[in-house]
Amino acid sequence: MSGATDIREGAPPAKRELPRWLTRLPLHIVVIALVLIWMIPSIGLFINSFRSPTDITSSGWWTALFPPENFTLDNYAYVIGRSGIGDAFVNSLFIAIPATIIPVFVAAFAGYAFAWFRFPGRNVIFLAVVALLVVPLQTTFIPLLQLFAPLGWNGEFLSVWLAHTGYGLPFAIYLLRNFMSELPREVFESADIDGAGSATKFFRLAIPMTIPAIAALAIFQFLFTWNDLLVAFVFIGASNPTNLPLTVVVANLVQSTGGGWQYLAAAAFLTMAVPLVVFLALQRYFVRGLTGGAVKG
Amino acid sequence: MDPRLFNAIVVVVGVPGALVGYILLIETLLRGVPGRLQGRIRPWLWLLPAFGFLGVFLVYPTIQTVIKSFQDRAARNFIGLANYEWFFGSSEMVSTLVNTLVWVVLLPLITVGVGLLIAVLLDRVKYESIAKSAIFLPLAISATAAGVIWFFMFLWQPPGQPQVGTLNGILDAAGADPVAFLQVSDYRFNTVMLVIVMAWMWTGFAMVIISAAYKGISRELMEAARVDGATEWQVFKGIVWPLLLPTIAVISTTMIITALKAFDLVYVMSGGQFDTSVIAFEMIQQFGFGQQGRSSAVAVILLLAIIPIMAFNIRRFQAQEAIQ
Repeated sequence: MSGATDIREGAPPAKRELPRWLTRLPLHIVVIALVLIWMIPSIGLFINSFRSPTDITSSGWWTALFPPENFTLDNYAYVIGRSGIGDAFVNSLFIAIPATIIPVFVAAFAGYAFAWFRFPGRNVIFLAVVALLVVPLQTTFIPLLQLFAPLGWNGEFLSVWLAHTGYGLPFAIYLLRNFMSELPREVFESADIDGAGSATKFFRLAIPMTIPAIAALAIFQFLFTWNDLLVAFVFIGASNPTNLPLTVVVANLVQSTGGGWQYLAAAAFLTMAVPLVVFLALQRYFVRGLTGGAVKG
Repeated sequence: MDPRLFNAIVVVVGVPGALVGYILLIETLLRGVPGRLQGRIRPWLWLLPAFGFLGVFLVYPTIQTVIKSFQDRAARNFIGLANYEWFFGSSEMVSTLVNTLVWVVLLPLITVGVGLLIAVLLDRVKYESIAKSAIFLPLAISATAAGVIWFFMFLWQPPGQPQVGTLNGILDAAGADPVAFLQVSDYRFNTVMLVIVMAWMWTGFAMVIISAAYKGISRELMEAARVDGATEWQVFKGIVWPLLLPTIAVISTTMIITALKAFDLVYVMSGGQFDTSVIAFEMIQQFGFGQQGRSSAVAVILLLAIIPIMAFNIRRFQAQEAIQ
């Protein structure tokens, strides 16, 4: 990212040149202003989450930037203690982790098959899978709820795990197939000479070389399932409130603001904690995976 | 042990184990099959788990929904096009359609426009990667959290009381009257405000991808144009824009689809009140009212709206494959 050279350096020198930092000042002002605009909403929430309920309702968060500061952890204590947020946090983990692992495995098999096996209709079928990307999830809910009802799956984590797997697969297969089809052919050919079977080539050669794409996919799927409101709302929602994840519980808190919107800031920050840590720690892989698929060709 | 934990461990260890076992099993079985037939069967066996999930969770429900959209509220009798007539005939749906249109037009425009601007500007400063993280970060958080963040931005108190919402605080400091964002139907820009929140989340996505494409453009080419006396604007219009266009087309279609599917933010921030309902929200709402037929019809309308965009994307994809 930092490898780009400054394009202005090559400009022919003007007669009475202004100092370089001065000509570049407007650029810095615009960039820093944009970054600030993007961060202010989150900063406001962050500061409010440490202010007492009376402070939040009587003065803006920006007043807390100046003394006297009265920061407190009470909101977090209240939210964790009262509204079942702790349980919801655990539920979110129980939903997101299996819903990340299962589609990655299924997509890896399919991506490998589309990339390296020859069979009639290969590209047409692959395109059909990619086309499924645009099916609105909303379209699928009623039939699936009716399918799950006799099995007793509604309200259970199982329904959400399986549904997230199905919904995540078109993108997952698309990403992994594209990455796997770029792997060097020679490696597989020399394995053929050694008499390696498909399973050996897949587990010993293809998977280790595909780790960057698998990492990007896993991060993407984890963020998607952790942040999901709709799928959990529909499949768990009404039938089993004790299994609800953090997003739904906090969304309900927001809607029923009678419950004290002063506490919302702390609740929202609890939902953001895990994705922010995952994202900041692993964003390099995430960005590489995203741009690799979109810019290529 | 917590039964949830037990189940989760079974799933996390068991399901991958079963899937790996499945591949090893079919490969063992295929060894007994003659060579040529082996090559024909193998791809389908490897694809089977994926096809199973896609079939059950995407293909089958889509077909069912189309059928239900021609049936009554309990999905018992066929009632022809009545659900569609209801949708296009009711006066409330007019505002739903207009709002959806606002989403579909504004979201790609803001995310791509601002994303492009930021990508090009950031390329010229040393703190590019930190600034990028700051703008990309909202993508990692849920619509719920974004809703809460912007709840505090939009917060409104009647005039005379202290304005604790950020935007009204700014208006207050400037001596203007506070604006009741997302509180009353009379305020005409409620949907626009929701789109702005969504754009705040997705601009980083557009920026990262545009930035990667921008860095792929030859610096020598741009420099040569400058040496020949081209202004920065001419360099942008003549070189950068045409070369970025394929990338921008892909992001725009992604954003249009995202806009059409928008539900979470509407649900969290306004509950569809104050003239903010959109098609995707209406579908869930009708379902909540026990109106299966109508709900399905709304879903089919959503699907039909997306199909042309899908066709465009697939044509682009085929063109790309042809180049490779």
